[in-house]
Amino acid sequence: MLKIGETSTQILGLAWWKWISIALILFSLTAGMILDVPKLPILHETIRNLYYHVTQWFGMMIILTASLVYSIIHLSKGDRRSDIIASEGVNVALFMGVLGLLTGMLWAKNTWGTYWTGDAKLNGVAMGMLVYLAYTVLRGSMDEEQKRGRVSAVYNIFAYVMFMVFIMVLPRMTDSLHPGNGGNPGFGGYDLNSNMRLVFYPAIIGWTLLGVWFINIRVRMKSIEENRLSKSHQ
Amino acid sequence: MLAQVKTLFLKEFTLEWRNRYALNGMLLYVISTVFVCYLSFRNVVSVPVWNALFWIIMLFASLNAVGRSFIQERKGRLLYYYSIASPQAFLLAKMAYNSLLMLVITFLAYGIYAWWIGDLVQDHLMFMVALVLGSTGFSLILTLMSAIASKTENNMSLMAILSFPVQLPFLITLIKLSKNAVDGLDASVSYGLITVLALIIVIVLALSYILFPYLWRD
Repeated sequence: MLKIGETSTQILGLAWWKWISIALILFSLTAGMILDVPKLPILHETIRNLYYHVTQWFGMMIILTASLVYSIIHLSKGDRRSDIIASEGVNVALFMGVLGLLTGMLWAKNTWGTYWTGDAKLNGVAMGMLVYLAYTVLRGSMDEEQKRGRVSAVYNIFAYVMFMVFIMVLPRMTDSLHPGNGGNPGFGGYDLNSNMRLVFYPAIIGWTLLGVWFINIRVRMKSIEENRLSKSHQ
Repeated sequence: MLAQVKTLFLKEFTLEWRNRYALNGMLLYVISTVFVCYLSFRNVVSVPVWNALFWIIMLFASLNAVGRSFIQERKGRLLYYYSIASPQAFLLAKMAYNSLLMLVITFLAYGIYAWWIGDLVQDHLMFMVALVLGSTGFSLILTLMSAIASKTENNMSLMAILSFPVQLPFLITLIKLSKNAVDGLDASVSYGLITVLALIIVIVLALSYILFPYLWRD
């Protein structure tokens, strides 16, 4: 049996951290639209996308890192639970990656004038998507549980490192339109006034918690599926 | 450990030499690919096209040459290796052999490519560095991917799906380095790229060394 989150204190039928996730995301959605933002050339009001695009990506990276940690745990302990958490982590991270991609494309359209450019950072993202889609294909191609766990954990660790090289190291070496790369200042360089930080950090926590919530549900679905399967075999 | 690596390396070499059809097949693969490109492009004058075409040919050639290294091994024989050698020695021997094989194929491919399609390279020394780094990196990455893919059922198609995205950061950097060499830019421009390539090779080597024993158990 897989057990996750069943011990946390519940408020009105929901675990306390799920309420925090809802509250923080609602807060970032409303406050992100209402509060004052710095007036900058080209960006203008689109700077509000910082609250959505960047935070979704931060959430995705945090979840991918968690998935990596669970893959390492799986390799050292060989338990089923960490394997399932790692794989569902990748699924949820892919979903959040698509969200971040869509919001990023909208932003690019309004500031760079096009939805997609051959920018180093954007290519890195496309490559990351391919790697993690390959991960899901790899999992699907194996039936035996033990082997699937080990092989996909190995690929997950390898993929994570290459992904990091691609989006952290390479864009800094070339010209890039993306903030924080190719000699451009990151958004920390523009004075994010305290208003923006007030929304930015809570939004990251909110999206990450939402991702954890998704993983939680999917892991429980998997465990129910497996229980039914083992019952039907008896 | 080193003795094991050496024995296994020689074993790979002998096996390959004894049934040469695989080796000949790879050479023919490279030759016919270049010939197809020659017929379809005739004469490539643009440096970016020349450069990208060469490395794409090499990408597929390496997939063919190195991809089969684990996939061709039969279950029973693998079991035998497991009982006599350490996993790390087995992996290192495979990697060393594949790197050497790819190095030879890459240089041959460059020769044929330059002969038919034309040689645009201005800084030959730097281009050689790119060839050596490229063939080594490709074979190291593909050796681990081949080990992973051999654990699945339809392994050859999965091999491409798994390895292309993982190879991308390496490939892009390599294409940049090689373009600098073709353009004959000053060597100091390329040092950063060489460092990144070497760094990726070291990372891949270290990761494979750590992770391979987990693939080994079955």
